[in-house]
Amino acid sequence: MAAQSTVIKAPGEAAAERSGKTGRTGDRDGRRSEGMVLNVFSHGFLVLWAIMIVLPLIWLALGSFKTDAQIGGSALSWPSNWHFDAFGRAWEKGIGGYFANTLIVLVFSVPLTMLLGSMAAYVLARYPFTGNRVIYYFFVSGAMFPVFLALVPLFFMVKRFDMLNTYQGLILVYVAYSMPFTVFFMHSFFRTLPTAIHEAAVIDGASDTRIFFQVMLPMAKPGLISVGIFNVLGQWNQYILPAVLMQPQTSGEPERYMLTQGLIQLQYQMGYETDLPVLFAGATIAIIPMLAVYLSFQRQIQAGLTSATLK
Amino acid sequence: MSHVAQSKGRAGFIAGFLVAPLALYLTFVIWPYVQTFGYSFTNWSGQSPTFDFVGLDNYASLLKDEVFRGALGHNLLLLVFVPVITILLALFFAFMVNAGGRSGAGGVRGVGGSRVYKIVYFFPQVLSLAILAVLFGAIYRSDEGGLLNGFLTQLGLIDAEHPVEWLNEPDLVLWCLLFVVVWHGVGFYLVLFSAAMQSVPKDIYEAALLDGAGRAQTFFRVTLPLLWDSVQTSAVYLGIAAMDMFVLVSTMTSQQFGGGPDHHSEVMSTVLMRNFLYFGKSGYACAMGVVMLALTMILSIITLRATRRERIEF
Repeated sequence: MAAQSTVIKAPGEAAAERSGKTGRTGDRDGRRSEGMVLNVFSHGFLVLWAIMIVLPLIWLALGSFKTDAQIGGSALSWPSNWHFDAFGRAWEKGIGGYFANTLIVLVFSVPLTMLLGSMAAYVLARYPFTGNRVIYYFFVSGAMFPVFLALVPLFFMVKRFDMLNTYQGLILVYVAYSMPFTVFFMHSFFRTLPTAIHEAAVIDGASDTRIFFQVMLPMAKPGLISVGIFNVLGQWNQYILPAVLMQPQTSGEPERYMLTQGLIQLQYQMGYETDLPVLFAGATIAIIPMLAVYLSFQRQIQAGLTSATLK
Repeated sequence: MSHVAQSKGRAGFIAGFLVAPLALYLTFVIWPYVQTFGYSFTNWSGQSPTFDFVGLDNYASLLKDEVFRGALGHNLLLLVFVPVITILLALFFAFMVNAGGRSGAGGVRGVGGSRVYKIVYFFPQVLSLAILAVLFGAIYRSDEGGLLNGFLTQLGLIDAEHPVEWLNEPDLVLWCLLFVVVWHGVGFYLVLFSAAMQSVPKDIYEAALLDGAGRAQTFFRVTLPLLWDSVQTSAVYLGIAAMDMFVLVSTMTSQQFGGGPDHHSEVMSTVLMRNFLYFGKSGYACAMGVVMLALTMILSIITLRATRRERIEF
């Protein structure tokens, strides 16, 4: 009996739902109330996790306005010191310089990664020649290995070039380590571009180099944006490579720490000097540009990172 | 004649485009990887230019190294829990976001404000691990000033005089670190699974609804099988992340290069770095690198095999 009623009910209900107009209000249908319960339940859990994401970040930013004594006291106290002096001190402690260092490196490393990665991917994707597959797998296999595996010899390799604690050294290493993924992704992208356009350009008398820069690269823009986002975030947030390669080698040498590395330095330093508001302010300064960039480009960043990972 | 000239020019073009990327990649990636294998058979200290070939000695000492074995155990534990918890939570939230709404016209649909949830959840993904280390270092503080202890004191769950020393508690430290990884990752995989769910044609859901399937059934019988490819990829990525863990462990826990208290949060990468930069045992550190590589590859293959299903076309 019960089974029969379900069978009879289901199609009618589905039809009602599909027509959409009937029973908008005051509908006491089983499925609809199930939907209501589930909706409240969903929002409950979703809001809870959203709070767990947002609250710690707000709490961290508020910590910049506390006094050191207050930070040692109750965590839930409201800040008493609404001055920006902790931010100023954090900036002086080096955050400003670390920021500049990271920018300097990325201004060169990201475009260079994209250029060299696209060049290699393009040739491998569209020009059959002996050794093509071998070189392709050679490039792609790098993505499989944990970076730790190479760390010890890499340190001495960079040392031999006399490029420890230099921008150019880190730039070249970043480019090299971004190569596997960039080549992998752009390779599949260049393969999808139609050959007819290439042939048309050849008939018009364009050279291979010119076809690449004036026809293929502009057409690959969506792919370049995806990988570009991936590389910007990856290199901006890189920690292990600079931690090993960007240590001052002699006491006279200037610090060229990257932002991530500098933040960790600040953490150690402030632990000794007991000036924790400076640490909180430093972390907040590091978060704010990421937040701004993320909120402006979140659609592209989400789409870019998702497609870059799934390819 | 012209054909020869053209193919010659083409070879030049191909070589010209490949030479710079290949040179960089060989110098800084491939060659160091290859060298690691070589050095792993030596007693190289890293400082001196001379070293002896010691065969498999380093690997033999690794087997006996209590700290390294403990670290391996912790990595394996993380390797199971990080992907499982992250993927389950991400799937749960993704289903809520995409199908937790009131049934309106056209059957199942997402909750209101699903865009906002996705924006908020994804944000930790763009934060660097160094920021996470500072943030969670503050949250897990061992006094009342830590967010977690502050909350628990306020709720009356712990005594203000004896707050929990999260990162110094041998039994808790690893789980605290695990939570950071999950907090960081869930949003990303939510968005990943959402994208996959949205690419499933609507009529499949409608057909399931017409057949009288409930939401749970729809999820397990329709959504999950269609998402399997993404779940599998995610498991491999999360597994690789769980093998690493260097930044979080080395910056959040006590001891040189992390791993404290008393090696209870030690992972292979922190042992490796300590041996390389602190003890000056570069050859030994290289052997650890080789073991990590082998394990990563084995685990990727196992994950891909164990989760293999018929591929569903739609």
